[in-house]
Order: sequence, then structure tokens, then C-alpha cells
Amino acid sequence: MSTPEIIINDSELVEPPVINPGRRRSEWLMTLSEAWRMGRTRIGVGIFGAIVLLAVVGPWVAPYSPTEFVAPPFSPPDIPKMWLGSDYIGHDVLTRVLYGGRTVILLSLAATVIGLAMGVTLGLITGYARRWIDETVMRILDVVLAFPQIVLTLLFVSILGPKLWLIVLMVGISHAPRIARVTRAATLEVAQRDFVHAAEAFGIARWKILFNEILPSITSPVLVEFGLRLTYSIGLIAALSFLGFGMQPPAADWGLMINENRIGIIIQPWPVFVPVLLIGILTIGTNLIADGLGRALVGIERDTGVG
Amino acid sequence: METTITEGTGTAPAREAVLSVEGLRIVLDPSGVDIDDDVSLVIHRGEVLGLVGESASGKTTVGTSLLDYQRRGAKIAGGSVEIDGRDVLAMDPATLRSIRGAAISYVPQDSSASLNPALRIGKQLIEILEVHGFGASAADREARLAQMMAEVLLPSDKAFLRRYPHQLSGGQQQRVAIAMAFANRPKVIVLDEPTTALDVTTQAHVLDTVRDLTKSYGVAALYITHDLAVVSSLADRIAVMYAGKVVEVGTRDELFDDGHHPYTRKLLASIPDITGERALRGIPGWAPRPGQRPSGCSFTPRCDWAVDKCREAFPPAEDVSPGHRVRCWRYKEVGAHRVADAIHLRDKSLSARETQEHEVISVRDVTAYYQHKETLHGINAVLSERQCLSLVGESGSGKTTLARCIAGLHPHKIVGDIELAGKPLARDARDRPRATRQSIQYIFQSPYSSLNPRKTIAQILSQPLKVFFDLSRNEMEDRMVKVLEQVALDSSLLSRYPDQLSGGERQRLAIARGLAAEPTVLICDEVTSWLDVSVQAAIIELLAALQRDMGLSMLFVTHNLALVRSISQEVAVMNDGRIVEYGLVDAVLEDPQADYTKKLLSDTPTV
Amino acid sequence: MPPLLKLILIRIGLGLLTLFLVSIVVFAATQALPGDTARAILGKEAADKARYEALREQLGLDEPMTTQYLSWLGGVVTGDLGNSLVQDKPVTELLSRRVQNTFVLVLIAALVSVPVSLFLGSLTALRRDSKFDVTVTVGSLSLAALPEFVIGILLILLFATQVFTWLPAVSRIDPTVPIYEQLELFILPALTLTLAVAPYITRILRASTIEVLESEYVMMARLKGLPDRLVLNRHAVPNALAPAIQVTALNLAWLAGGVVVVEYLFNFPGIGSLLVDSVANRDMPMVQAICLIIAAVYVLANLSADILTILVSPRLRTGLR
Repeated sequence: MSTPEIIINDSELVEPPVINPGRRRSEWLMTLSEAWRMGRTRIGVGIFGAIVLLAVVGPWVAPYSPTEFVAPPFSPPDIPKMWLGSDYIGHDVLTRVLYGGRTVILLSLAATVIGLAMGVTLGLITGYARRWIDETVMRILDVVLAFPQIVLTLLFVSILGPKLWLIVLMVGISHAPRIARVTRAATLEVAQRDFVHAAEAFGIARWKILFNEILPSITSPVLVEFGLRLTYSIGLIAALSFLGFGMQPPAADWGLMINENRIGIIIQPWPVFVPVLLIGILTIGTNLIADGLGRALVGIERDTGVG
Repeated sequence: METTITEGTGTAPAREAVLSVEGLRIVLDPSGVDIDDDVSLVIHRGEVLGLVGESASGKTTVGTSLLDYQRRGAKIAGGSVEIDGRDVLAMDPATLRSIRGAAISYVPQDSSASLNPALRIGKQLIEILEVHGFGASAADREARLAQMMAEVLLPSDKAFLRRYPHQLSGGQQQRVAIAMAFANRPKVIVLDEPTTALDVTTQAHVLDTVRDLTKSYGVAALYITHDLAVVSSLADRIAVMYAGKVVEVGTRDELFDDGHHPYTRKLLASIPDITGERALRGIPGWAPRPGQRPSGCSFTPRCDWAVDKCREAFPPAEDVSPGHRVRCWRYKEVGAHRVADAIHLRDKSLSARETQEHEVISVRDVTAYYQHKETLHGINAVLSERQCLSLVGESGSGKTTLARCIAGLHPHKIVGDIELAGKPLARDARDRPRATRQSIQYIFQSPYSSLNPRKTIAQILSQPLKVFFDLSRNEMEDRMVKVLEQVALDSSLLSRYPDQLSGGERQRLAIARGLAAEPTVLICDEVTSWLDVSVQAAIIELLAALQRDMGLSMLFVTHNLALVRSISQEVAVMNDGRIVEYGLVDAVLEDPQADYTKKLLSDTPTV
Repeated sequence: MPPLLKLILIRIGLGLLTLFLVSIVVFAATQALPGDTARAILGKEAADKARYEALREQLGLDEPMTTQYLSWLGGVVTGDLGNSLVQDKPVTELLSRRVQNTFVLVLIAALVSVPVSLFLGSLTALRRDSKFDVTVTVGSLSLAALPEFVIGILLILLFATQVFTWLPAVSRIDPTVPIYEQLELFILPALTLTLAVAPYITRILRASTIEVLESEYVMMARLKGLPDRLVLNRHAVPNALAPAIQVTALNLAWLAGGVVVVEYLFNFPGIGSLLVDSVANRDMPMVQAICLIIAAVYVLANLSADILTILVSPRLRTGLR
């Protein structure tokens, strides 16, 4: 445009800001509270909280030990001794369900955090650095992106074996380029705003500008990515256990349980169905949270205006 | 509502009212908050009614309402829009479709967004004829199309019509939109700020086209704009809107010479005067947004004439004379106060150059590049101590590039010398010594982009203080309060965030940030382009006062030639990366030498 | 050179570059990493020096890395992917039938999911905030969250076991019988893939359609008095194509990875389940080959999406960036 739009304040079609002017303005807090207003998010948080609670508290309330033999294999439920029956070897299904959530949740969180740390750093750097650094790093990331996440992980598992740390690391690494892309886009947008130029004019060092001016402005998209990636992490890590590359028998793990017991799915569906249900509900919960955050982000940008 | 003839008001004799808007009310959806309320207008055959307003006046929403259309988020809540007696708002969908584009058409503000990027322009032009069943054959339609294009001075050959919108210039796109609007010889045309995105020269052409076509086809036109200068040359009658209501309506002469509403008067006083006779006076405060309007008359907080009654109820419409209506409790007294008496004359000595001062910034033979392309060619300029130099030009002229080169914000190749007080300046601000960085401060164009929304005002102001000085916390706070005072902002704002301020306040804050560094040179890059006219005037007043009182050397970049007299002593006119004219403001504006300057002067709309 | 051609060639070049780098990664991961392949294969028997050295020589592990890479790459390009360590037969031979199976599976999933998603995505955008829209949106949100194997197992529970016993829970495809006579074995895995992918496409399509419907040019078309049908078909659709192509191609690319778990779950004889087996058995040549194929499919899908988008957008076609 030759002359800039003059009526920027003419936001006639924007609802008056819902944010109370007196309240603390940290951007990610705004996003969180905005998201909380939506029913969807609250359901998501509720679900997530419930499952996490189950996973954490489970072992303490389990009736048996997860490796204890309590009945012949694939025995049907016998309330109140065996609420869910026994599994393919004779363990109590309910116990193994109560024990089986911890690893999935912990590993998924770890993988997400690793991916986030790497991805956000790379995104910030490529979004604000000189052209050649940006191009080189993006090319490299393209290579990682060329592999579906599970394939990349399996590639390295084939060489180094089914080690838990490897799985967490590889899932995290496979998240990194995707997160980096989103972060980079957000960084690029912020970096061309004039307050960044103003800081540059003052002569402030680039890395300081990155952390003090740019990073605080991209926390919301990063928050949304966290929710999204956590959902995928759970799916991936459960799948890897399901494939037999995660937790190994006789450990109690939901993914592993599904695989171990599917052979008897017709006669004793519970040891398959319950973990499947729990994983499914968990991922729906995290996805609802991520979706709520995403909508809050859009809503806030609209109200307070870009910049 | 007008049934009587508008006699003796200085306009053409009796004409029928083609468009009659009565009590139009538009609200936000779903909250129901008013955007526009009780809007009533009448437009006659062949008449142009200018609808003037600043931010949050609601004028844009009125435009599409006349076609019974609102974007998502707004809703028409009441009133009527009659074209030749038929109420558009009461029509069924099929009838509505038949009149849109035929009996009433619309010219959008930004044709680069309103023309479909995936369709060739020929197709988009022809379809308005097809849909309304024009002509008996394709040949008929093509003939009309050729005629349409000729009227807007565009070619109609096949090659041109096969172009996509992005292959046309902004001016051409706008002409296409105008051609589409006049295609079916409508009775009413709504033009929504059609020249805002265009440069001055193109704008002049487009205005001429609109004027010619409305007259020759006897169309009733509603011209929506914030720019009173534009509307003064185009409109027969003018309606002024403020905060969702029409506060005054009358002929052009009535409003300009005999305005009866305080806002109208003040608005006129804030228009930059290119002749340099009138001083610029802004209106303090800012226009309230929907939902934040005070009870009673919305203009009360900013009005010199306000009394208690104004806060209690909104004044009804009263006739000053037939056709001249105003909504103000004290309109008689306002009217009695003659406009001519109220004009502040500009202090001419301000643009007189003081005795030869030292050169603060000197630019010698500077050529700047941007990705292998030359954007500045051999620039020579001098900024003297305590003087203000305006850089004037349209977009692409290189004025901002030059300003950025001086400020060290142009990280591309530069050939030539730029010096500060005799010492050469490094190309990149980060390579300059701290003292140099401190001496030259830059105020950016957009107050919405130049302040970090995640930081408090105190944090924003403390940034330069931390970089350039070594102060204790108390000293810093004192400085911040002091600098806020200099720009007429209250120190209570320190704990607030930028998005709690209006556009004008934000720009003052940006200026305060610059002042906090205690510079000797202040570079203002189109600092008022994103502000309302009335707010712009206040900022110009502020900058001029600061420059005088603090003895700053100022570089003032603008595209608006009319502003330069209000703030600077010298002016450099730029075009296409070169300085085409350079000299004292009075000399250049009264007796321009360069052809480009002459053209710019004649194309700039004046009141 | 016309800008369009140049743009396309650059894209292809970048794609090839990525493929090249991918091959290096696959090679480096499987042959150049410490965790000696020969040792891994031999396991305890690696203590036998003679066998260890022999295997190393057989696998060409005693030559410098670059030579190894180049000869390996040469093999890849000419179709020689080595021999499977598990079955001692050429990889290409073992893969061919499997690739076919997976291809058909993915094709079926794509042919079902794309039209359904396009339909739902655009309809929900047109009927925004209606009950229909809300139901579909919440449904998509939930489905999108679920891992593929969860969807698969729920389907098995639903159709093949407890609730209805209509469909076979395990796809034991007879390699001697042509594919098209065994299509019912494809149903459950294809359905799983469809349900896994369709929600994503639907949601993004809905968002981009809404964006188009709320654009200035659609508003302008309405203000010109155009009937809804024309506004939609002539003005809205052409602008919704580009994002539609993008998201469809990207999600179909995802299927290349999605097959892994789904095939394993249904015991479907495709390259996905073969990958799982090969990883478990450390059959390196097989792992290499399958990873390469999958990555190549991914890169190609992205490349096609890019090029199609360019062709469909007049702005990009005429050389603007």
C-alpha cells in the first residue's frame, strides 16, 4: 500500500476488550485464563487431571502387585476379587491398569519438553538470524521432517535397541522441526515490528533482544504447540510400547498391555479395552486443552490488536 | 425526512431525494452495543454527500448498511434505507440481490483485497452486467464493458482484461472497482474511502473520475472519508459523524464557513493548512470506541462548550436553516462565534530560518541500495542545528530510506558520507559508539508496532535510560516522570500497558522514549500517518513546541505536503530516490521550481 | 526462462536435495553409527574374530565411509537394495508384494477420506455454528486426538468381536490370490486410516473455507448482487483450492507413517508391518530400504503439494513470490 491505512483504531467490528485493564498482563496468563473461559478447555483439563491422578495414585490403591499371578490366564471379571479379570498370563488386569499409566505420561511429558526446548530455540534463532543461518538450519530440519515421526524413531531403535531414553529422545527430536516451524513463523512476525527495530537502534545486543523483546511475545503460540505435541507424544509413545519397543514385559504399561492381550480379545476384552479407553480419553483431554488455548490465542490477538 | 426544498443554501435548485436513510441503527453482534445510532441522511440526484468522521465514528459501517449488508460481528438493528421510496432493509433476498450492483452499488476502500485474486478482471467486470441481465447479447455487454473502461481511463483490449488483479497498480485496481460500480448506471453509489490507499496524484485522478461520472449520470453518491480536504473539493453536502451519530449536516459552504457544532469547528481547525495561514490546533483526548461512549453527548469530554446538560442527554437534531441540521445543545452560541474570529493564525516566524547554524547532520552523495537495486541516488542534504527539515514525498520516493540511513537502520549497502557534527557515521547503528546512538533518536510510524505490548510503560521508558545512562532507581523514576510531563502524559500511566492507551497517547509515549535518551537529533518517520486528523494536529503541535524549546534538530518525514509549514523551516521534496527540490519552506511552497513539486502542490487537496 | 518453470524447477531441486540428505541420514544411521552392525547381528558370536571379520567384509564395512555410501547409493538407484539379513533374499523381491499391498491400502484410505473431508469441511464452514457444525467439529477434535492404534482397536472391538462380528480382525492376505478378490480384508485397516486422517483434513478445510467466505472479495461479490451459488462456485472455491490441496497432500503424506502401526495391528502384509518386524530383527538392509521408501513418499507428497499450489494460484503462477 502506498499510504498506510489511517483508521487503525477504527476497530468498529471488534468487541470491546474483555480484559480488565487493571489485571496483570503477562501474555501467557492471559491466554490461559481466556482458554479457561471455554467449556471445552475445562472438560479437557478435567479429563487430563483425572487420568493423571489415576496414573499417579493408581499403584497405591491397586489390590495386587502387577506381577502377581492371581488367576488362570484370561479369566473373566469376578467382582469383587478381580474387577477386570486376568490378563494373558494371569495377572490382575485392574492392578496392571492402575500401574500402567505412569510411564506413558512421564515419558510423553519428557519427550514433549525436549522437543519444545529444541524446537523453540531453533525457531527463535532461525527467525531472527541472518539469512544463511536460517536457510541452512531449515534445510537440515527438512531432512528430519522427511521422516514420519514413528519411522524416524524406529530407524534409531533398530540400531541402538529399544531403550526408553532413546525413544524419548527420538520422539522429542522428531517434534523439534515441527515446533521450530511454528516458532520461526511467530518470531519472524514479531521481529519485523518496530519495537524490535527500536531496540536495535538503541544498540542492544541481538541475543538480548531475542530473549527480552521477542520471546515474551511468542509464548502463546508456544503454549498451544505444547498442548498439541503432548497429544502426539502420548500417541507415539503408547504406540511404540504397543509395537514392543517401549516398556518390556513384565512391566505394567498401557501400550504394552494392549499388545500382550489382543490375542485374547474375543474372550477377554478388558485388558485391551480399558487401556485403550484410558489412552484415548487422555489424548482427547490434551487435545481439548490445546484447542482451547489455540482459540484463546486468536481471540486475544483480535481484542488487543496486533502489537 | 427532508420534504422541503433546500433554498438559498448555495447549491443547485430543487432535486428529488433519491436516497433517504432514517434512524439507522447498527450494533455489535452479539453484544448489542451501538456502533451507529439514529443516523438519518438524504441524498439527491446528482449530489455527492460526504460522510466525514474519524476513528470509531461508525461511518464505515453505515456504508455497507445501505446495501443491507453487514460483516460478521455487526448487525443492522433498526431504521430504514429508502431508494426511490423502496426500503432496502425490508426487501426479500431476491429483490435485494437485484438492486445490489444495479440500483445501488459500492466502491470498496481497498480494491487489492476486494477484487478476487483468482479471477481475471475481465470476468469480474462482465459478471456485474451478466447478473443484472444487461443487454440482449454478449456483444452488447462487451460494448458496454468497453465504454465502462473508457470512462475510467483504462484500456479495454483483450490482453488487459485477461490480467489478474495483482497485475494492476493500486490506482488501476480502484478504477476497475469504479467501473464496476457505474456499470449498470445505478441510482445510488456508496464510496468507502476509495482513495485512502492511493498516493496523492492517483487520488486526484480518481476523484476527478468520480466527480465526472456522478454528474453525468445523475447518481446520488455517498462519499465516506476521514479526509475533509478531499471531501471539500468533491462534495456538495457534508455530514459529520462522531461516535456513531451524525452531529451536523449541511452544504459544504455551510459547514466550512458556518459550522455550528463544536466538533465540526475543531475538526476544521485541525486540518493542515498548506497556505500556512492557519495554525494547526488539535483536539485533546480521543474518540471513544463502541461500548465506551459516555452518556449524553459523546463529545463532551473533549468539548470547550460542554455544560452539565450535555452529560445528561444527547441533543436532538435542530435546523439552523433549511437543510442545515445540527445536534448540539448550545449550537446557537457556537454559531454566533464567528469562524473567522476563531482561527488561530500561524506564527510565521516559526518557519523563518535562523542565522546560519552549524551543520548537525550532513549527507553527501549518498546512494543506498536494497538487494542490488538503487533506492537512493546521489543525495545531498544538510540538517542544521535547531532546525527542522521536512522530507516530503510519496511512497517509494525514498524519504523513509534516507531517514533510516541516517539513523543507522538501513543494514544494506550505502555509498557516500553521512556525518554527525563532522564525524562520519557507521552504517549500522550497532556499530556506532554509544554517544552517537544516543544523539540520534528515531520515532517510528506506527504507534501500534513500536511499543512492546508485553511491557509496561515504565519498562519501555527505562530501556533507553538503562542503555545510555547509569542511574539509580529513584533517578530513573524521576526522569521517566519528567519525560512524560514533556509529552503531556500523566505519570500514573507508568504501570499501564500500551494497549490501554489510545493511538495519540501511544505516539506521545514513543516520543517520550526518544526524549528520554536526551538526543540532539530527532527523526520522526511519518509519525502521524496512522492517527486521526485531530490527534495528528495535537502531535504536530507537541513536536513543534519540543523542537523549539529543547533546541532539537529534527528531521520530519511525511507524505503530506500540507503539514510541512506547521513544523519545519526547510523542506526537501523527494521523488524516485532523488531530491528534486530543496529550500526554505515558504519559498518552496509559494514558488516551486521543480515540475514534480508543482504537480504535488496542485494534486494535494486543500480545504 | 518463464518464472513459473523456474519456480517449479527450484522446488524440484530442493526436493532432490532433501532426498539426497535423507539418504545420507539413513545410511549414516544404519551403517556409520557406533553400535557396530556386524557386532549387533552376530550378538554373542561376535567374539569369534574370524566370523566377525568375514561378516564385516561381506557387508563391506571395512571400506572407508564415503566409498560405502556411494556404492550403497549406487545400489539404491539401480534397484539393488541388498539382501535381507533375515531371509537372505534380495530386499526388492521381498518388498514388491508388500509395497503393492500398502499402496492399495493407502489408496483406498485416501479415496475415501479426501472426498468425505472436503464435503464435511466445506459444509461445516457454510453452516457455521449450526448443530451440524458443532457436532462435526467436536467429533473431529476427538478423533484427531486418538492414536491410530486406539482407533483400530476400537473398530476391532466394535466390528470384529464384541458388538458385531462382521469383519475379520486380522488380515491374512493370501499372496497367491489377486488383491481385488480379497478387498474385504482391507476394510478395517483402511477404515482406521481414514478415521485417523479425515478429522485433520476436515478441520483445516473448515478453517480455510471460513477465511475465504469472510474475505473482502466474497463480500464484494455479494454486494454486486451475485446469487449465492455463483459467489460460492466462482469466487470462493478457486481460492479455497490451494489450502485444500496443501492440507490433503500433507495428510496423505502422513499416511505413509500411519501405516506402520495400523498394519502391525491388523497383521496386514504391507511395508509398515514389515518395518516393525525388521526393526525387531535388526534386519538393517530391510530397515534402510523401507525408511528410504517412506521418506521418499513423504518428500514427493510435499513436493507435489507445493507444485500444485503454485499452479493453482494465479499470483504464484505469474511469478510473484
